[in-house]
This record gives sequence, structure tokens and C-alpha cells, in this order.
Amino acid sequence: MLTIDITKKLSSFYFKFNQSIECQGITAILGVSGSGKSTLINLINGLIRPDSGKILINGTTLIDCEKNIFIPPEQRHIGTVFQDALLFPHYKVVNNLLYGCHGSIQRNRLTDIIDLLNIGHLLNRYPTKLSGGERQRVAIGRALLTNPRLLLMDEPLSALDMPRKKELLAYIKNLAKEFSIPVIYVTHNINEVKQIADRVAILEQGQLYAYGDRDEILQNSYLQEWL
Amino acid sequence: MLLTELEWQTLLLSLKIAGAAILFSLPIGILAAWVLARCHFWGKSIFDVIVHLPLVLPPVVLGYLLLSTMGKRGILGAWLYNYVGISFSFNWQGAALASAVVAFPLMVRSIRLAIESIDTRLEHVARTLGASRWRVFITITIPLSFTGILMGVVLGFARCLGEFGATITFVSNIQGETRTLPLAMYTSLQIPDGEASAMRLCILSILLSLIALFISEMLNRLHKKRLAE
Repeated sequence: MLTIDITKKLSSFYFKFNQSIECQGITAILGVSGSGKSTLINLINGLIRPDSGKILINGTTLIDCEKNIFIPPEQRHIGTVFQDALLFPHYKVVNNLLYGCHGSIQRNRLTDIIDLLNIGHLLNRYPTKLSGGERQRVAIGRALLTNPRLLLMDEPLSALDMPRKKELLAYIKNLAKEFSIPVIYVTHNINEVKQIADRVAILEQGQLYAYGDRDEILQNSYLQEWL
Repeated sequence: MLLTELEWQTLLLSLKIAGAAILFSLPIGILAAWVLARCHFWGKSIFDVIVHLPLVLPPVVLGYLLLSTMGKRGILGAWLYNYVGISFSFNWQGAALASAVVAFPLMVRSIRLAIESIDTRLEHVARTLGASRWRVFITITIPLSFTGILMGVVLGFARCLGEFGATITFVSNIQGETRTLPLAMYTSLQIPDGEASAMRLCILSILLSLIALFISEMLNRLHKKRLAE
């Protein structure tokens, strides 16, 4: 269970989120641009600090403003895949993949991830020589190899063309199942939600508008204008 | 060879002083550049001004300030001499210190620009992958600002080789100890029939600068090629 109860003042609005999210399967965070989706992601992974409140994952505190606890991003064991792959340009693909592995890599896991994402033939290339879809797959693999307890994805497909989107969506659906890693998937695209999400949270102007199972939320009248 | 024994000695001394100045100030310079590029704290503008001060102060003023603080009777200099056993007065170490101070802002500016041009999101993603701030600095920030660091080193080295005012004020003009190329040229021009020697030293200085630029250009290309592979 990911328990979030935080506030953060942003330049254009006040971000306020209070909801427990089940740590299982894929939870989609849906919202228009500027609704605070990326803010939520960066509050969970620790890249920004809230003004007040707390975040707990499976009972472990990540941040608690009252008790003055702040676990830095590198100690949270939460993987993040951003809109751009953000591969390290001076590392080959294989070294990008291994960047977050500390010493003990399980050989099986490495080959499993490489097979699942179909990136075995790219290992010795530099990121500049990859296509957009390949780059994003490597970024996903890199995040998975840190062995995260939660994987955050911030519009991972929005920089890709349609065929790549479809292809990558299938990979994402697979990995949540195969590695049983809970995924929080941020998007503004309702079709992606339909295809992969188990649960949906709708963000509107920095506030949680609705949260629940996919089919239930998709009935919501708010979404009619999205369809 | 074309150079006299004395001129060879001067050349080697100049290289030694500039090399030591850069070697010891580079780590501090990278750290200062990183702080200026990435940190936000109260009093940062004051820190910025202090780092850039040697760029705008007359070198003679710097030399005088060094003499009064780092000389054997200076506040810091006396302490260093009595308790650590290091002295900067009228020796080549003092010349290196003067050069380092004068070259410092040039070096920091170039490195700072390089660090500022790195996509901060790369550093952020590295942290979400479990890297501490220090590891991010070593594995992401430093390699990606390599070109700027190189430029800083070359600019700083060239500035050190050309240092005159602060050096002659702080550690005087002692043959074999603090008489670098510019000081030797100046000395040659002060004595009758010294013009030929001054001309040779002048050509030598130009050659050194060209070689430094050439080496940096080579390293830069090598680095770019490695990135583009």
C-alpha cells in the first residue's frame, strides 16, 4: 500500500493529494497537462519535497514532514521512467543498464529483463545510436534492474510514434505481471489507460478528482469529453 | 640547440610552476564551479564575487595581498610556516600560488558553464537509480563536463604561463626560483644586448601557447568521437 497525504505549493496552483494506492498491478494517473501528474511522481521518488504531510510505502516512511524524516531518492528503491529516456550519453547500453545494480546482480534477472524488453542486440551501442522506442526500453530495463519495490512511469510513451507506443505498451503490461512489480503509470491518454490499467486516479488542478477500479472510473461523466 | 642553458632552465621552471598551479587548483576549481552551478544558498552572490575577484583586480594588488597574507610574516603564511612547515615566500611554490590565484576565475568560469549545460534530469534519474550525490558527481557530472574542464585547464595553464604582475610582486624575480618566461623576457629587456634573448623567449612563449591549444583541441575531438560512437 502506498499511502500519500501531502501538500505542496506550486507556482500556478496548490497541490494536495490524500489517498492510499494499492501496490499491485498498474495504477494509472490520468490528467490533462499541468494537472500535477509529474509533481506527484517526483514527490513519490523524492526529487521534490512536499511542504507538509507524509508518504509511506508498505508501512515504511519515505517522508514525514512532522517527524522531520526525509529518505533521499537514492535510498527509496523506487524506479522512475521519465518521458524522455534520459540514458547517460557517455555509457554504452549495457553500462546504462548496470548503473543502478549494486555489486550483486542476479544473472537470471538480467537476462530475463533483456529478453523481455528485447534489447540484447543493443548492449554494445551508445544511446545516440538507438531509436526512440529502443531508448525507452533500455530506460525501463535500467529502472527494473535496480530491483525497485515500485516503478513510476511518467508519460513514457508520449515521445514515441503510434506503432512504437503499441509495442511498448505490450512490454509494460508484461513486466508488471512477470516481475510482479507495482506500476504507477502517468498519462493523459485515455486509450493507454483502457489497455493496461487496473486502477485509475484522475488528477485535476493538483487535486485528486476520482480514484477507483478502471471500469468504474471509465464510466465517470468527467471523462466523457476525453472520449 | 637554439636555446641557452639558462633559457632551458626558465622554460622548465615555467612549466613546473604552471603545472603545479593547475594541478592543485583544479579540484578546488571543479568544486567551486559545481557549487556555483548547482547549489542555492544564502550568500552565494558574495561567493561568486570572491571567486571572480582575481579576474578584475590588478595583478599587482593580488601580489601585494598575497605578500601580506601568505608571506612568512603574513597571518596565514606565518601559521603555515610555523606549524605545517610550508613556505610560499620567494620560492617557486609561491610563484605557483600567485599563478593559481590569477588563473582560478578563468578556470572556474569555463567549468561552470559546462556543468550548467548538463541536463539536470540526467543527474536526477541517476539519483532515482540509487546513486548518492557524490556518485552522481563522479559518474555523470564530471564526465559530461569534460570538454569544459579541459578548456578550463588550457585557459588556466595559458594564464599561468603569462603571469607577471602578481608573481613579481609576491615572490620577486629570482633566477632559477621564480623567474618564469615573462619575467625572464622582462629581465632581458633591462640589460644591454638582451634583445635577441628576449625575442627567443617571445617565440618560445608563442610556441607553448600553440601547443597547449593544439593538445586541448586533440583531446576534445577524441572525447567527442568517443561520445558519438
